[in-house]
Amino acid sequence: MNAQLFRAHPGLAIGLALTVIFALLALLSVVWTPFPIAEISVARRFATPGPDHWLGTDQLGRDMLSLIMFGTRTSFTVGAIAVLIGAGVGVPLGLAAAIYGGQVEWLVLRFSDLAFAFPAVVIAILIAALMGPGAGNAIIAIGIFNIPVFAQVARGGAIALSTLDFIAAARLAGLSKPGIAMRHLLPNITSLIIVQGTIQLSLGILAEAGLSYIGLGTQPPETSLGLMLRDAQSLFLIHPWLSVAPGLAIVLIVIALNIAGDGLRDALDPRLRRPGLANVAG
Amino acid sequence: MRVTKSIALASAGLLLATSLAFAQSTEIRVGAPLEPPALDPTAGAAEAIDVVVYQNVFEGLTRIDQDGAVQPGLASEWTISDDGLTYRFTLHNGVTFHDGTSFDAEDVKFTFDRILADDSVNAQKALYEAISAITVIDPLTIEFKLSRPDGLFLFNIGRGDAVIVATESAANNGTDPIGTGPFAFVQWDRGSRVILEQYGPYWGEKPALTKATYVFIGDTTTMTNALLAGDIDGTYNFAAEALPIFQSNPQFKVVVGTTEGETILSTNNARPPFDKLAVRQAMAHAIDRQEIIDGATYGYGVPIGSHFAPHNPYYIDLTNTYPHDIEKAKALLAEAGYPDGFSATLKLPPVNYARASGQIIASEFAKVGIKLELINMEWAQWLEDVFANKDFDLTIISHVEPFDIGIYANPDYYFGYNNPEFQALNETLNATTDEAKRKELAQEMQTIIAKDAVNGYLFELAQTGVWNAKLEGMWQNAPVEGVVLRDIHWVE
Repeated sequence: MNAQLFRAHPGLAIGLALTVIFALLALLSVVWTPFPIAEISVARRFATPGPDHWLGTDQLGRDMLSLIMFGTRTSFTVGAIAVLIGAGVGVPLGLAAAIYGGQVEWLVLRFSDLAFAFPAVVIAILIAALMGPGAGNAIIAIGIFNIPVFAQVARGGAIALSTLDFIAAARLAGLSKPGIAMRHLLPNITSLIIVQGTIQLSLGILAEAGLSYIGLGTQPPETSLGLMLRDAQSLFLIHPWLSVAPGLAIVLIVIALNIAGDGLRDALDPRLRRPGLANVAG
Repeated sequence: MRVTKSIALASAGLLLATSLAFAQSTEIRVGAPLEPPALDPTAGAAEAIDVVVYQNVFEGLTRIDQDGAVQPGLASEWTISDDGLTYRFTLHNGVTFHDGTSFDAEDVKFTFDRILADDSVNAQKALYEAISAITVIDPLTIEFKLSRPDGLFLFNIGRGDAVIVATESAANNGTDPIGTGPFAFVQWDRGSRVILEQYGPYWGEKPALTKATYVFIGDTTTMTNALLAGDIDGTYNFAAEALPIFQSNPQFKVVVGTTEGETILSTNNARPPFDKLAVRQAMAHAIDRQEIIDGATYGYGVPIGSHFAPHNPYYIDLTNTYPHDIEKAKALLAEAGYPDGFSATLKLPPVNYARASGQIIASEFAKVGIKLELINMEWAQWLEDVFANKDFDLTIISHVEPFDIGIYANPDYYFGYNNPEFQALNETLNATTDEAKRKELAQEMQTIIAKDAVNGYLFELAQTGVWNAKLEGMWQNAPVEGVVLRDIHWVE
């Protein structure tokens, strides 16, 4: 990626920049937050934003900026691991469906149909309710929902490629089916998967916030943006800022990821490239 | 289409207007945070049952008033023998159950036989085990014989656990409660509300209200909106953090009173390292009670130093037994063999005061080196793991039973405190009826468990009701569980 690319896709630049800022904040919270988030001091609660606490303090006197940094990290971690689970299982499944066809394809497709038949958040609630609340189970719940999404994207991309000459050449050269998938199909659908990954990341962050909000996700003393909203909701009429701050953070992160995802698709998706290069995808 | 819609809207508006006007006179809608699992107060421990039916649908021989004093109920008067072992009750004449069947001494005998039966599911069976014989003298006279004097007998028979049920209908009281109270059960829309209506042939003074609806709203925000929108007329105990919304609003009044809820950091005394006195003392020194009260109850809790309600005449202030002192706590931990502290779990039931107190205590304990892992649980899981199977290190819970210091005399109780000296004192207390002596004994017992730091004693829960400013007659305090409707009325 270079400067020219960003000029051609300003959305991508803005989205990526915002995403990077939040990701850096989240990363920073691993080693440093302005105040430890478990440090409670009731005496200093409900402080308004000021020089000591840039975003004020919450109902237990915890520093809001620290909480939002930590919450952002939880959101990104949950979303990212869920994307890795989804891509790690879904992409091989999709590729297998594309290259083997027949019963393998039927199974993969029926599995995705089944998974798609249930709304994602309902599945997540079901899993969290069965296995108990917690960030770990939220990751699994969201990750499982991601699997069919990646399987379909990988299969679609692979099928579009598999009629092309270089695949036929590889087959004639005696490369095995898994070999073709690994060496030729996978590298060529990577961009599709990255684009899908950013979209699923933002969906995952929203799902985590939703699960934590209803009490099935992250549990205190850890925190997440959804949990902060939950804690603040009964105080909304008295201290609206406590809900607005984490709410804004969620909105900004999701918007940033969506803009970045759109931009990435414009920039990377072969089907949307300038006419001169469009022949790659046939 | 448009025409019918506007007609429908207009008539809906008309209905709303009439029902509002009607509500101003004799109806009430009470918000309750928990829906009862069933409606038989003699067959379940849930406070939510008593909130709906106690003294409304069901009555006992005696009744507890809002100051915790015993008043005549279905028994108009009683005599107690000099040895304190025989109670003879005279019952009210002309009392009927809501299904029309008559009330007499046989129903009383049936009720207590049912409580004391081997297969009884009464939550407080132990309170009535001193009863050795029940004799029906005539339809309006009944005599109880006790195996030992019981200073709290008249109070205990006035609780929701001992309300009088009818032979004919007792089995169905869980879903279709039939009592003798001023209100009869009408319908229960599961997940939503219970409707009660005034019982015409009620034997006593008729209440001002003709209809009461209990609306179950679990979420604080929803409850706030329901109050502000006028969907409910009040709630008996509202989340302290949101009270400022109503305190400054002239349409509402906030009624702050006491409860019997001693909120404690329950400690598994049977499990190391909590079996060491020094460890428990260190934890007591590590607790900053005021911070917990401010943080978890917004200042509405009252600090306690032992397992006793501050408004009780027997109460003594023991909050300074182990004052907040981090250095002292560290020294005691080192003495107990944990110079670097230790790790433990803190299991928290799904109530706001517990979840918030838990986080604050974890932060306070971290300062002396005790690392707490917070585990949030649902009620069913908490009751099974902590209360029944005693599989816990620490937990936070409010013990809402009145005068329940006796639980410390039961070595099998979930926090595993076994002190023969205390158990002997409790037996003496149970058998003592002299007020001065009882007070002395109760204070000695409070002091023992405070010094032993059996549990972390945090605060007495307050009752913070929010009601429409035009309502009068609600109980300010909660000496027993229940929302008693009898005196509630609208004023203009």
